[in-house]
Amino acid sequence: MNGPAESSGPRTLAEKIWASHVVRSADGEPDLLYIDLHLVHEVTSPQAFDGLRAAGRKVRRPDLTIATEDHNVPTTGITGPGVPLIGPGSPVTDPVSRTQVQALRKNAEEFDIRLYPMGDAGQGIVHVIGPQMGLTQPGLTIVCGDSHTSTHGAMGALAFGIGTSEVEHVLATQTLPSVKPKTMAITVDGALPEGVSAKDLILAIIAQVGTGGGQGFIVEYRGAAIRALSMEGRLTVCNMSIEFGARAGLIAPDEVTFEYLKGRPHAPSGAEWDAAVAYWRTLASDEDAVFDAEVTVDAAALAPYVTWGTNPGQALPLSAAVPDPAAIADADAALAAEHALAYMGLAAGTPLRDVKVDTVFVGSCTNGRLSDLRAAAEVLRGRQVADGVRMLVVPGSMEVRRLAEEEGLHEVFTTAGAEWRSAGCSMCLAMNPDKLAPGERSASTSNRNFEGRQGKGGRTHLVSPAVAAATAVTGRLAAPADL
Amino acid sequence: MQPFTTHTGRAVPLRRTNVDTDQIIPASYLKRVSRDGFGDGLFAAWREEPSFVLNQPRYDGATILVAGLDFATGSSREHAVWALMDYGFKAVIAPRFGDIFRNNATKAGLLPVVLHEKSVLVLQEAAEEDPAPEITVDLTAREIRVDSGTHGGLVAPFEIDNYTRWRLMEGLDDIGLTLRHEDAISAFEATRPAWLPATA
Ligand code: SF4
Repeated sequence: MNGPAESSGPRTLAEKIWASHVVRSADGEPDLLYIDLHLVHEVTSPQAFDGLRAAGRKVRRPDLTIATEDHNVPTTGITGPGVPLIGPGSPVTDPVSRTQVQALRKNAEEFDIRLYPMGDAGQGIVHVIGPQMGLTQPGLTIVCGDSHTSTHGAMGALAFGIGTSEVEHVLATQTLPSVKPKTMAITVDGALPEGVSAKDLILAIIAQVGTGGGQGFIVEYRGAAIRALSMEGRLTVCNMSIEFGARAGLIAPDEVTFEYLKGRPHAPSGAEWDAAVAYWRTLASDEDAVFDAEVTVDAAALAPYVTWGTNPGQALPLSAAVPDPAAIADADAALAAEHALAYMGLAAGTPLRDVKVDTVFVGSCTNGRLSDLRAAAEVLRGRQVADGVRMLVVPGSMEVRRLAEEEGLHEVFTTAGAEWRSAGCSMCLAMNPDKLAPGERSASTSNRNFEGRQGKGGRTHLVSPAVAAATAVTGRLAAPADL
Repeated sequence: MQPFTTHTGRAVPLRRTNVDTDQIIPASYLKRVSRDGFGDGLFAAWREEPSFVLNQPRYDGATILVAGLDFATGSSREHAVWALMDYGFKAVIAPRFGDIFRNNATKAGLLPVVLHEKSVLVLQEAAEEDPAPEITVDLTAREIRVDSGTHGGLVAPFEIDNYTRWRLMEGLDDIGLTLRHEDAISAFEATRPAWLPATA
């Protein structure tokens, strides 16, 4: 968008966005990249703001920065805007969580950053509210102190997670010194079979590429099956790019993207909309662009996927059985599988459909959007959550919650016996009251099945919203077709 | 940031692959608003097992962690770096790191050393020797040396880009470096189209 394109010759989408954001480049140094949008939440920012204060620095562009409360906030007891953080009526009972949220509020005020506090109509998970408000747009560079920032790449933005030192750097300078990653194309040809969702697709991709396979790459997802995904499905796919180590995941913008963006609060309008779309249309990899690595996936061969282990790459089709570590050729992978089965309390050879769960979680920045809730509700309509199973449905934002209620989805959930909550990260990570107890097993639409991720000793199976709902009905891992 | 040139100390072998940052420090420990005190949470769940390597008295005071493939993947939490440093680690050696962690480490002054898998195995064996020899991590010479023991004399070179190495050796603050190019940032900002989104 700025200045002439540096290099001639065919370029990938990632290279185009990169080149248009280089503030300064010098031999032997990382490029200095301009950052168009910086998303902030309460967990990874307090030390960054402290650093600014200590050095007497200001936030360079508060107008390109936005903050939300998501990781620590409870998802019950939030009655609306203005719910107190301190005092008797506060839903935040953990004093340390409260301090962290308080710190964000103080910092947002002091540094003049727009904040969406818990209970506010605009509040939600950081990666849900960006696209929802139309702040996430094609061609932008977006960062956040959160690894799932890759989500925003679904709209054709170059978006990646950073640590707290880098958060401070972006706050102070609106730039980030960065070494250009390599590029990888993941082409998904064909069409996803009926009953196979974006979540199944990304779980299958991670299983194929391996958890470290994307390390050092910006991945561009391409091919007919990607084009056929809805905007929300694409957000799900890009969200999990980090789960195979990729620095970022990207999908070239197209009519689906423009349609999604049009009319959103921060999207351009009128003549500016036309100028923006004209620019966005140039954001595609050139036909003969060369990627450093290429992977192809056959969509037609996919099925609903579930994880059986303790990293997202340890996934199989639901029809499979728990693998036998002794049958895994690679010694490291075999040892990892052995550790995983011990932690998960699973015996090799057990059909995945026989695995019983205690809890079902529908939500997170992977699958907490309206279409995800619709998919779960469709399965639950007229059915009941099995006895002894607790099901939490947690919208990714207060706006998603409002829209879901407008179409009555909350009634489908509560009638079926599920809990309908307010927005937040909830049981995706064990940082707020929504947690698994030790030994408890969940089917979860979130993105990480790491040991203890949903609570110390908790066991997580990653699934799609439809599989989550079907699992809630049977009490065992199941797909809607099994009902 | 403290400058890093060379460090000699004992190593701890962590024979696991895919150690994610949730394992290095679970979310429940991330609520503090300072940069210190995170050592308590380091490998919190594993430290409850008496046999876990950090619980073995022979590794008390060790300062170099030798880990398996894909160390510190997952969550971007820089708290993982702070926890390792607070516990006393000066360097972490592994065949491959999570990208964000590696960045975070170099910003905070913890040296991440990417070393060939075979050399990592040798270092892990050396660390398991009785008594474990001291290991030198030499950023100036870009090499790891085992000075004594069965593997004494081993020299394993590692790669690190010149710029990161220079920054670490000087202990330089990135923000200060970038602000020297304020003019370039302002010039770039002047070219940004008006329709780009703003949050205000
Ligand atoms: S929902 Fe989970 S993955 Fe997403 S931002 Fe929150 S904690 Fe991170």
